[in-house]
Order: sequence, then structure tokens, then C-alpha cells
Amino acid sequence: MKISNRLFPYVLTLPALLVCVGILIPFFTSVYYSLLRYNLKMPYMKGFIWFDNYISIFSDASFWNTIRVSLTYTFFTVIIELVLGLGIALLLAKRNFINNLLGVLLVLPLMIAPALASLIWRLLINPNFGVVNYMLSFVGVTDFRWASHPDSVMFTLIMIDVWVFTPFIMILLLAGLRALPRQPFEAAELDGVPEYYKFFRITLPMLFPYILTACLFRMLESIQQFDIIYALSQGGPGESSMAFQVSAYLQTFQYTNIGKAAAMMVVLWAICYFLCFIFVRQWHKLKEKTRGVS
Amino acid sequence: MKPYLWSLFKFLAYIAIIVFFLFPILWIFSMSFQTNDTILQKVPSIFFTPTFKNYIGLWEGEISIEGFATMYVFFKQNLINSLILSVFSVLVTLILGVPAAYAFARYKFKGGEDIAFTLLSFRFAPALLIIIPLNLYFTKIGLYDSYFALVWVYQLITLPLLLWIVRGYFEDISVDIENAYRLDGHSWLKSFFYISIPLARPGIAASALLCFIYAWNNFVFALILGSSSIQPVTVGALAFITASAIPYGLIACGIVVSVLPTLILALFIQKYLVQGLSLGAVKG
Repeated sequence: MKISNRLFPYVLTLPALLVCVGILIPFFTSVYYSLLRYNLKMPYMKGFIWFDNYISIFSDASFWNTIRVSLTYTFFTVIIELVLGLGIALLLAKRNFINNLLGVLLVLPLMIAPALASLIWRLLINPNFGVVNYMLSFVGVTDFRWASHPDSVMFTLIMIDVWVFTPFIMILLLAGLRALPRQPFEAAELDGVPEYYKFFRITLPMLFPYILTACLFRMLESIQQFDIIYALSQGGPGESSMAFQVSAYLQTFQYTNIGKAAAMMVVLWAICYFLCFIFVRQWHKLKEKTRGVS
Repeated sequence: MKPYLWSLFKFLAYIAIIVFFLFPILWIFSMSFQTNDTILQKVPSIFFTPTFKNYIGLWEGEISIEGFATMYVFFKQNLINSLILSVFSVLVTLILGVPAAYAFARYKFKGGEDIAFTLLSFRFAPALLIIIPLNLYFTKIGLYDSYFALVWVYQLITLPLLLWIVRGYFEDISVDIENAYRLDGHSWLKSFFYISIPLARPGIAASALLCFIYAWNNFVFALILGSSSIQPVTVGALAFITASAIPYGLIACGIVVSVLPTLILALFIQKYLVQGLSLGAVKG
């Protein structure tokens, strides 16, 4: 009975563990592939080449372009979503009918599949009948090229990402704002502290764990964004929106170069693992904090 | 800043937020009730006589366009696929995830936290890293293009989600209730099914629905691991928009039908959404 008691939790987690293992196998396969010369079109060339794939991608200008595209995308989406999300959360912080209703409605874009969100915007910015183009014509912008021009495709993608994921940051920060203790604000009120001082010295510091967790979460997703980009521009025009996963996808299915694609994915995984490591620590802190308060 | 200026600024901010975030949804919705005649007008039409032609066409699989022949569309199958994949993914996740979540919440056991965090890290692993080898494996063992394989891969997103949210709900239940019930001579199994699960039920239900939404919204797994016969609406809609000559109203209609289920579910679980989206870290 004693032994079975000790084993019991393992029995309960066993099925989940098996799924775990089922995922670790392809993961290690990928790492292995990244050390192979492996092109589906040339199976006879298959062979172990150590780090040649890594050397080849790092000496390839298009890989550095991919890194630049992914980092630009991540940087701008997270910054804009944070500023907008925080702004909206502050605007909706007070509980009343309109704010509560908006709090519910604004979550809707987040619940739309990112790939479908891209398609929605594709219909809105269509050069023939797009309603956004029509609206822009009133402010004098007549031929904005959106996804079909290398200079504006990034802007379009970031706009769609912001549309989908700002609600994510907004909803977390809103919950954080509403959970803040009242006392420091009341004390500041009594002392006649100016509003901006209250914001920068009380609200922001107390909200910081929420902000950090939300941002890390978004960074992790943004740097791997595939759905939005693939559904809008498939990396184009040219290579102007060739983010990590889109590039690896094309490398696999267009050029059938499995080894190179795997090497790219391992690089992305290393970045994500690093971010994930920081994220989990922050997230855990926040979890303990919110559970301690309640 | 003067108070009235501040109010004006706030009012404009509200308008801007509503327009940017909600107008696209409304516009697509209105497009789905139009034919190409009204959509393609130079000045976008707000007033038009709504037609259900698109919805009927989508359901029946064929639509006749004036001046053209009849067109066949296969979107209904995508909808059915989405439903099958999401429902079975959630069911499997529930069976695998709820007992595991309970174990992580109740027992301190060696390696427990490590396993839990490994599962969490899957949520953030690049999807293609795992799918590319899986694609080759599945092709080799004949699992490519099967619901079974896709449901299994979907666990990658749904299982960590459910595990970590439900774990939080189990942690909130006092151990004493379970112990008291078990002192009466009831087995662990009975206390699990009659005490723990019913007490955590709202949380489990909400996270199951959130898992459903995430499964429904997934795009990349089915894009790579399935052919068009088992692909869900997310992939189907993309094929739809890139195919030529499909009326724009019909495309909009397909998008509306694809996003409507998740939007409605989101309204049902909005009380639990914060806790779900933060994987159980923040309470709404």
C-alpha cells in the first residue's frame, strides 16, 4: 500500500506523460535532422554533416533577413500592443455598464483564428473594393499598397497582429488594475499627489508583474508567428515578410531541404527556450502573488 | 489638462477603439449578406437589401452566379472537420488532462514540477520543429491525413492549457473536504468523481471550452498534416480566398461561419477568460 501510494501521482500523470514522450521524439528527430544533409529530392545525398547546416544558414544573407524580419515584427507588435493594451485597460478600469460591455466585446478579435483575421483584413484592404482604402481616400491617401508592396507589408502584418492580440494584453492588465489594493491610492489622494505621479509611482510599479508576464507571453508568440503572415503574404513580396516559421515552411515544402529547415527551427527553438525560461519564472511569481492576495 | 478637454479626449479614444477593433467584424458580417454587385461598388454600400444567397450556397455546396455557370464549393466539409477535430481534441484532453492536473495540484512528487513545466514549455515550442519530422513519420506509417493523428498533435496546444488552468482550480479546493469524505470509508476514486470534479466543474468546463476555441482556431497543424479532405475551416477559408472567381460575399460568409462558433463560446466563458488566457496565473 505504501509503495502504491507513492506511485499513485505517477499513474495519474502517466497518460499526459506519454503524450509528452510522443512529442519529445519528433523534437529530437528535428535536432538530428539539423545535423544531416537531407533533401527529399536528393535522398542519395543524405548524410551526417555535423554543423554544416548551421554554418550555411548563418552565412546566408536571407537567414539574417529572416532574423531581422522576425525581430522587427516582434519588437513592434509587443510595444504597440503593450501601449495600446495598457491605455485601453486604464480607460476601462472603472466598473460601469459601458466599460464592462466593451471589456467583453473587445475580446472578440482575440477569439478569431489569426489566420482568419488575416483573411478578414484581406477583404477590408482589397484594392478593388476594400472599405479601408475608401476611408483612407478621405484623408488623401489614395494608393496605399498594403500587403502587395515590400515597404508596407510589415506595417499591414503588424496592424493585423495588433488587432488580434492587443485584447490579450488589455484583458490581463484590466484584471491586474482591478485587483490592485486601494490603500496606496487613497493615501496618495489624501496627500494631494498629482495624477501623473500616482500613475508612474504607484500604478505602474504595482502593475509591473502583470505587464512583464503579458509581454513575455506575446514575445514568445510573436517571434513564432506563422498563421497571420502565411495567410496574408506567405513571406512576400520578395522576402520582405519572411519570418522564421514561414521561411522554414517554404524551405521544407518548396525546396524540400529538411536539414536546413530543421537547423532554422532549432535556432528559433533556442531563442524561444530562453524566452520561455524567463517567462515561466515571471509567470510563477505572478501566480504566487495573485494567489497569495486572494 | 482642462476637464472638458480630458472628457473629449476620452470620448474620442472610445470611438477610435470601437471602430478599430469592432468595425472589421461588423463589416465582414454585412459583406456576407451581399452579392458581388453591391460589394464591388465604388462607394461601399451601408444600405442594401440583404440576401441569404451566400449562406444557402455555402450550405448546399453550389452557387449560381449571374452570367457564369454554377460554382461548387466544399466548405461544409471543412466545417464538419473543424467540429470533429475540436470536439475530439477536447475530449482526449479532458481524459488525459484532468487526472494529471489533479495529481499536480494535490501531490508533491519527485519530478512532478519538472513534468508540469515541460508540458507548459510545449505550449511555446515552435510548431514546425515538431511537425516537420511528424509529417515524415506520419507519411511513412500511413497516419498522414487522418483525424486520429491530427487530434493527437492538437494535444500539443490543448493539453498544457487545460492542465495548468484546471490545476489552479483543484488547488483552490480545500483538501479537508476530500479527506472528510474519504474518512467515511469512500475510496479515492469516489472522492475524485463525487467531490473534486464537481467542485472544480465550472473551471473544467470553462477551460474545456477555451481548449475548443484554441483547437478550432489552429491553422498550421492541419495545413501540414492533412489534405483538403480533413482540413478545418481555418485552412479551408484560405483556399477559398485564393481560388479565383468565388464571389466575395461567399468568402465573407465562409469567414463569418468560421468565426461565429468561437465568438459565441467566448461570450459564454468571458468570466473565466482571464484565468484561462494567463494559464491560471491571474484571476479575473
